[in-house]
Amino acid sequence: VKILNFSSRALALALVLAVSLAFPAWTQNVATTYAIKGGKVFTLAGPTIENGTVLIRDGKIAAVGAGIAIPADAQVIDATGLEVYPGMFDPVTQIGLNEVSAVVATLDVSELGDYNPELVAATAVNPASAHIAVTRASGITEVIAAPGTTGFDLQSGGLIAGQASAFSLAGWTMDEMQINRSVAMVINWPSIQTRTFDFASFSIKEKSYADVKKEYDKSVNTLGDWMDRARHYAQAKEKGSPALYERDLKLESLVPVVEGKLPVLVIADEARDIRNAVDFCTKQNLRMILGSGAEAWKVKELLKDKKIPVVLAPTNRLPEQEDTPYDKPYTEPSELFAAGIPIAFSSFGTAFSRRLTQYAGTAVAYGLPHDEALKAVMLNAAQMFGLADQLGTLAPGKLANIIVTNGDPLELQTQVRYLFIKGQLTSTDNKHRELYEQYRKRPQPAR
Amino acid sequence: MKRATLCAAALLFAACVPVATRAQNPGTVFIQNATVLTVTHGDIEHGSILIRDGKIALVGADLKAPEGAAIIDATGQYVMPGIIDCHSHIAVDGSVNEAGPAVSSMANIADVLNPDDINIYRDLAGGVTTANILHGSANPIGGQTIVIKLRWGKPASELPFQGALPGIKFALGENPKHSNFEPPPGVQPRYPATRLGVEEVIRQAFIEAREYKKQWDDYNQRKAAGERNLIPPRRDVRLDPLVEVMEGKRYVHAHCYRADEILMLIRVANEFGFKVRTFQHVLEGYKIADEIAATGAGGSTFSDWWAYKMEAFDAIPYNAALMADRGVIVSVNSDDAQEARQLNQEAAKSMKNGGLSANDALKLITLNPAIQLGIDARAGSIDVGKDADLAIYNHDPLSVYAVVQKTLIDGQVYFDRQRDIAGRATLAAEKQALLDKEKKAAEAKKAEENPEKKPEPKPDKKKKPPQDGGGAVASGVAGGAL
Repeated sequence: VKILNFSSRALALALVLAVSLAFPAWTQNVATTYAIKGGKVFTLAGPTIENGTVLIRDGKIAAVGAGIAIPADAQVIDATGLEVYPGMFDPVTQIGLNEVSAVVATLDVSELGDYNPELVAATAVNPASAHIAVTRASGITEVIAAPGTTGFDLQSGGLIAGQASAFSLAGWTMDEMQINRSVAMVINWPSIQTRTFDFASFSIKEKSYADVKKEYDKSVNTLGDWMDRARHYAQAKEKGSPALYERDLKLESLVPVVEGKLPVLVIADEARDIRNAVDFCTKQNLRMILGSGAEAWKVKELLKDKKIPVVLAPTNRLPEQEDTPYDKPYTEPSELFAAGIPIAFSSFGTAFSRRLTQYAGTAVAYGLPHDEALKAVMLNAAQMFGLADQLGTLAPGKLANIIVTNGDPLELQTQVRYLFIKGQLTSTDNKHRELYEQYRKRPQPAR
Repeated sequence: MKRATLCAAALLFAACVPVATRAQNPGTVFIQNATVLTVTHGDIEHGSILIRDGKIALVGADLKAPEGAAIIDATGQYVMPGIIDCHSHIAVDGSVNEAGPAVSSMANIADVLNPDDINIYRDLAGGVTTANILHGSANPIGGQTIVIKLRWGKPASELPFQGALPGIKFALGENPKHSNFEPPPGVQPRYPATRLGVEEVIRQAFIEAREYKKQWDDYNQRKAAGERNLIPPRRDVRLDPLVEVMEGKRYVHAHCYRADEILMLIRVANEFGFKVRTFQHVLEGYKIADEIAATGAGGSTFSDWWAYKMEAFDAIPYNAALMADRGVIVSVNSDDAQEARQLNQEAAKSMKNGGLSANDALKLITLNPAIQLGIDARAGSIDVGKDADLAIYNHDPLSVYAVVQKTLIDGQVYFDRQRDIAGRATLAAEKQALLDKEKKAAEAKKAEENPEKKPEPKPDKKKKPPQDGGGAVASGVAGGAL
C-alpha cells in the first residue's frame, strides 16, 4: 500500500470536498466508451429498436442498432426492461441566469434599455446553479437560456433582449457546457396594451388606444431602423476598410440577423401581435421563430404559409380570453401540428423546466399524437435552432445526450434511470434529492 | 372595440354556459360501469354509483339502475371524488388582499364572492368541486375565508359549502413583511419588516383578543346570573374572528414557508390555546414534519414549486410525501386558477417523488383536504351518505393523459365536456350576432350625429399604415371607444 505524501493527500481531500460539497458530482465515471444494451431504443430517426444497443464513444453516439458488437473497453449499462431516448431539450429558459426569481441579486435575465442585441446569455450562465442538476434529473439534457424572457415571477426586459445560448446541463464551466453560444436573437414583440400595471403607484393604469398605438408604432419603426442600420453597417464593413467605419457592437450583433444566418425568436401572444411580427419579419427578410404564441391557433394559415415554427407557451395555462374555449391551451399543440406547423414545447422558465414532459403529456391527452409529442420535447427545437446536426435523435455522430427511463417519458410517474450528457454517465443527484435524503433520516425529536 | 367585445363575451358566456351545462332536476342519477376510485375502500372495477337527492345512496359492482334514473354510462371511464382545492383565490371580486393594516381580520372574503368568475367554470372542468377561498398573504393576520362549492351558474349566496367552518388567513415570512416589493413613492414601509415583527403582531393581536374575550365572558356570565343594567363591552369586528379562533369556531389557515416560522406560530398558538388548522404552502414542512404532526395541524402544499423567492429555495417535490410519512394530513393545493385545473397531475407527482401509493396520491386532493377543512363527513370520498361531488375521467386520473368528462356537484352535472364542445358553435354565432348588432348601432349613431356626412366603410385597421396626429387618429379613437 502506497502511503500518500502530505501534499497529494491534501490534494485528494480537496478533490473529495470539491466533488461532494462545493459542486455536486455530475461525472461519476471517466470512461469514454459506453454501451447501453438491452433496452427499447426510440431513436426518433427511424423505427423503434427492441433489444437495441447504443454505443457511445468520446462524447458522441458511435452506433445504434440491434446486435451491435460491444467493444471490450466499453462500460456496459444494462437497460433491459428500460427505454432509451434522446435527452430532452427545453428551448426557452432562464436557467443559469436566474437562481431565485424574487432576489434581484441572483438575476441576470433582463438588462436595462430596450435594444441590447450585443448581450449574450452564455456570458453569465452560472454552471453551479442549483437549477441545472435539478432540471437534468428530469431528463432534460440541454436548454437554451434566453435573455429578457419572462418566467414565473419574472418580468421580461427589452425589445431586442439579446442572444440566446444553447448548452448541455452538465459541466464544470460554461465552455464545457456550451453547444452554441448564439442560437437566436430574442425580440419581445411590443404589444398594444391599454391597461397596464403601474408599479410606481401600485395600480392599474388606463391609457387611450391612440396613445398606446402611437407608442407601439414607434417601437416597431425603431426595430425596423435597427435592422436597416445593421444592413448598412454590413455593407460598410464589407466594402470599406476598418478605418472607414466605427465598430458598433450592437449593429455588429445584428448583422447575422439581417443576413438571415441567425434566427429571431419573437415572443408574442396575441393574434394581432403575431400577425404584425410575421409581417415585420417577412418585410425585413428575417428568419422568425415564434415564441409563446398563446393565440397562434388564430393565425395557423399565416404561420403555415410563412413556414414559421412555434415554441409553445406552457400547455398548462389559462385561456387568453374569457370566452376562449376552456381547453384551447390544451388543444393548441395538436391544432398547430395538424396544420403542418413545427412545434416545440418549452417551460419559458427556470424552476418549471422540469414540467416540460407534463406540458407535452397534456397536449397528448387533448389530441397530439404521442410520437409527435416526443419529437416536440426532443428533436423539433434542435431543428428550429439549427442544432439538429448535433442533437435530437439517436444517430451516429450526434452528441451523446441520452436518457434511459423506466417507461413513457411523458408520464408523470416515470423515472430517469440513467442520464448521459456529452457522452458521460451523469448523476441525477441534486439539491432536492439531497435535502430529501437528509431530512428523511431526521430522528424523531424528543418530546 | 376590444373592451366592448370582452364585455359582450362575458355577458354571453355567463348567461349561456350554465344553461348549456346545468343539469335538470337531479332526482335519481345512476353512474354505471365505471372504475370507481372510492379512496376509502379501494377501487371498484365495473362499478356503479346510485345518487339520490344529491347524496351517494349506493356504491358497488352489482347495482342495477332503478326505474326512471338518469343514466350516466361511464364504460371505460374512471370516477373519483370531486377534487377539493384547499388554497384558492378564484371567485373573488377584485383584490384578495386588504393590504393596509397588519391585522385585517375584519375583512371577509365571503363578502366579495363573484359567481361570474370564469375560473369557477374552468376549474370545474378540471374536476374541482370544492375550494377554500382565502384572503391574500400581505398581512400577518389576514382576512376571513370561506369554503365554496363550484356551483357555476348559481348566485353568490348559493356558493358556500353549507356547514363548513369559516376560516381566517394568517401569513408568515416574506409576504407579510413585504420583502419582495418597494412601497410606492412617498409611502412609508409598513411594520412588520422582519419575522420578529410578524410574531409580535400576531401575539399582540391575541393579547387584545384574549382581553376582549374575557370582557365578553364576564359580561355574559353576569348577565346569565341575572345582573341587570349591565353595559356590554364594545363590539370589535377586528377581534371577533380571533375570539372565534380561540373558541375553535374558526379555522386558522397559515401561509408559511420556513421551518422556523412554522415553529414560531406553533408556540404562539400554544400560548393562547388555539390550534392552527392548516399550514399552507409549508414548503419546509418536511424539515419539521414531526412537530407539525404533533399539533394535529394539516399541511397543504404545492407539488413542485420552488425558487421563486428566497424562502422557497429549500422547497423540494418530496415535501408532501415526507410530511405524510411522518403522520401529517397532507393536501396538494393550487393557489392558482390554472394549477387547480391540473391538481390530479400535481397529486400524481408524489408517487414519483417520495413513493406514495396511487390511493395516497389521490387522497392529497380529496379526502385529506376534506379532513383539513372539516368537511370529510360530507366530501372527499365515494361513500354512501356523502354529497355526490364527483369527477369522471376518460383515463386513470393520476395519468397525464386523463381528461375530465363530467363533473358533478350534489348529483348535478355542472360540467360536461361533450356538451361544452357541442355548444361552442352556438356561442360563437351569438357573439358574432351581438358584435354585428353593436357595430350597426354605432354606425347608426355616428350617422345621426353627422347627418351631412355619409357613414364611411370602416377602414381595416390592420392594413392601415401608422398615422401621427390629425383627424384620422381622432376618428380612430371614436372607433376604439366602442
